[in-house]
Amino acid sequence: MPHTLPETELHNPQTAKTPLDPHLKALENEAIHIFREVAAEFEKPVMLYSVGKDSSVLLHLARKAFYPGRVPFPLLHVNTGWKFAEMISFRDEIVKKYDLDLVEHINPRGAAENVTPFSHGSALYTDIMKTEGLRQALDAGGYDAAFGGARRDEEASRAKERIYSFRTPDHRWDPRNQRPELWNVYNGMIRKGESVRAFPLSNWTEVDIWRYIQAEDIPIVPLYFAKKRPIVERDGMMILAEDPRLELLPGETKREEVIRFRTLGCFPLTGAIRSQALTLDDIISELETATVSERQGRAIDRDQSGSMEKKKREGYF
Amino acid sequence: MTVSAVAQSAAAEAKSGTVTAFPAVEPAKAVRDTRPLRLITCGSVDDGKSTLIGRLLWDTKAVKEDQAATLRRDSGKQNDLGLPDFALLLDGLQAEREQGITIDVAYRYFATDKRSFIVADTPGHEQYTRNMATGASTADLAVLLVDARVGLLEQTRRHATIATLMGIKQFVLAVNKIDLTGYDRARFDQISHDFKELALSLGVRQITAIPVSALKGENVVYDGKASMPWYDGPTLVEVLELATVRSAQTVGFRLPVQRVSRPGESFRGYQGTVAGGSVKPGDSVVILPSGMVANVTKIVTFDLVRNAAVAGDAITLVLDRQVDVSRGDMIVSLESQPQTGVAFDAQLVALQPDGIQPGKRYWLKSGSRRQRVTVQPSSLLDLKSGKWNHHTDALSMNAIGKVHLSFDEQAVFDSYEQNRTTGAFILIDPDTNNTVAGGMITAKRASLSGIHTEEGRVILSLPADLADQLMATELFANRREEAEIRRVSAGKASELFDDIDG
Repeated sequence: MPHTLPETELHNPQTAKTPLDPHLKALENEAIHIFREVAAEFEKPVMLYSVGKDSSVLLHLARKAFYPGRVPFPLLHVNTGWKFAEMISFRDEIVKKYDLDLVEHINPRGAAENVTPFSHGSALYTDIMKTEGLRQALDAGGYDAAFGGARRDEEASRAKERIYSFRTPDHRWDPRNQRPELWNVYNGMIRKGESVRAFPLSNWTEVDIWRYIQAEDIPIVPLYFAKKRPIVERDGMMILAEDPRLELLPGETKREEVIRFRTLGCFPLTGAIRSQALTLDDIISELETATVSERQGRAIDRDQSGSMEKKKREGYF
Repeated sequence: MTVSAVAQSAAAEAKSGTVTAFPAVEPAKAVRDTRPLRLITCGSVDDGKSTLIGRLLWDTKAVKEDQAATLRRDSGKQNDLGLPDFALLLDGLQAEREQGITIDVAYRYFATDKRSFIVADTPGHEQYTRNMATGASTADLAVLLVDARVGLLEQTRRHATIATLMGIKQFVLAVNKIDLTGYDRARFDQISHDFKELALSLGVRQITAIPVSALKGENVVYDGKASMPWYDGPTLVEVLELATVRSAQTVGFRLPVQRVSRPGESFRGYQGTVAGGSVKPGDSVVILPSGMVANVTKIVTFDLVRNAAVAGDAITLVLDRQVDVSRGDMIVSLESQPQTGVAFDAQLVALQPDGIQPGKRYWLKSGSRRQRVTVQPSSLLDLKSGKWNHHTDALSMNAIGKVHLSFDEQAVFDSYEQNRTTGAFILIDPDTNNTVAGGMITAKRASLSGIHTEEGRVILSLPADLADQLMATELFANRREEAEIRRVSAGKASELFDDIDG
């Protein structure tokens, strides 16, 4: 359905925005290049959208890459039913605001077998609701390419990840058999049933993400900013205690603390940090003096040594 | 900025009192006024490469406490200085940890207050030429590592040769484990002298040699003046901060078209990343390979309609007329055009166990263009000596060779020397879809010996008017590229034939 589109209508350019510094500009250019390449080479791409800060940056870059056109693929949110409530309301707002196509998938086993992070433990729960859920959603959509917001600096097993990460028909990742990737020439040739995961943010670091959010004025879930919130302490983590499904264990008490989150996932598995960071400036300066990595608050990375690599081989993003 | 200032602000505790050799830079917030520098590190486990990279990450605070704690927990190992086992930090994949070797290219990130860095960390073992070529393809600079006690090895030459071949023009020689020689200055001088000769023989002029103890952290991020008062050169990080990033801005405008954007009837834009030169509205451009000419009316980006774009920018270009442009075409400046033809010479690195088979038809991808190609290897590089051996047939895995490329359809390239984007390509095996080679264009071929070798060549000597009539025919015009023509006097022509016969 053809429609006319003067290129100023899709968004409202900020008044005299200062240009990006060369460092962020280079990262942005690379990401846009990857988006366009995948969109042109694959039949049915999809963008994994987890509603977190990296996804927010990814989405912003996708909008830039295809401007003045629409983002030419849907967003896929693999929900678990245990995300922070604020993430879901934020997601719906963004989808509406930017005229996006959203596909949401929740593994039906979650409801059928009552799989929860409390009953099944973080490892099995993640395996079923995230890894298996993602595989189901990708198969159902018949997607041959999926954009993800993974960064190589996040975790050791990701340092060797390609920008186009090849997956077998059953979504397996073989770290020993990855295609060499030279220059910015990407090999998008696959057989039927095979797919790639494409990572436009591969070369970004956590600080880059935040500086870009600031420079581009990208909306993010308010949970990233410090606020007095109800929490309960469990397994050395401060867990948000807002959801009625969170049952206090013997000895646990709910209290209020000024906290924020460095990463967002399922609320029972995501630890908050004590922080006074109210603005992006605060977050960035907090980050530059941080002595622990962002994934420190994630229970799933620490289940066992090499745990993320194991999840990836099995198809976790 | 002095070394101590770099170190302190990396530790984010530089608040006051640092003596700086340059005007003070605001300390707390990272200022990134340059693009990230991409570098590759080459050396073997024995040279202490993991320790060097680990030291870079550690001293710039790129490794966080929880990551270090995980390492300590996993290994129970620390080195003599109470630091974690850096090799474990870097060998991220479980498969590698089990084997104790690095099997693939890993990318590491660290930053000082002046610049950020992307390190391609590649294994040094001989059979992994492919990984080094991969890491080097995007690198601006190579750090070559040698053990001060051992000096240059055969593999040092190999690494330097591959780096040069892939277009790297800046080398740093890190003479590591200098502490184990008792900080022997004469030893360091000798090794740097040997290396400079090697680098010069490869045509590399930007060379810095640094005596380093990665284990003790001397001359990596912090200086080593206490142990090496005789060395007054830069630390490794200082060299990296001042290194130049490659740029293709001085050559002609190149835009490989990735996709055509047609969101509505009124808009038609060509999307891609500028691969060379610059462009502004009003410029005349040519679409290759069709050769159609148009003018640029607008450069569209999300933020604003821009009045210019330069190499590296991801843009959408609008032209002043309806022309046939599709993905894989290249929009270039009218004045300075790349080469168009069906036969090119190139250098290849073979990346897979099956090697490169002569006469086999591969897919070639360069920029956004993918087309069929036949590859005929002609010579093979001996990495031990740095010499080319002629008359080779197939290229085995990890081999570097010169090849002739023959295309079914017109191809468009610059030489790699002139443009590291429009002169680079990969080969894809149509049977496996795997990437089997990385290649660099050296020149366009005037003749087509690659395809028609079995037919040989004929040298004709004709009266000029007859030659002109023949060349005016459609048959000749269609294969003009395959013919070599020299206009000479009748006397010269008969001399030439005498030479051939004699």
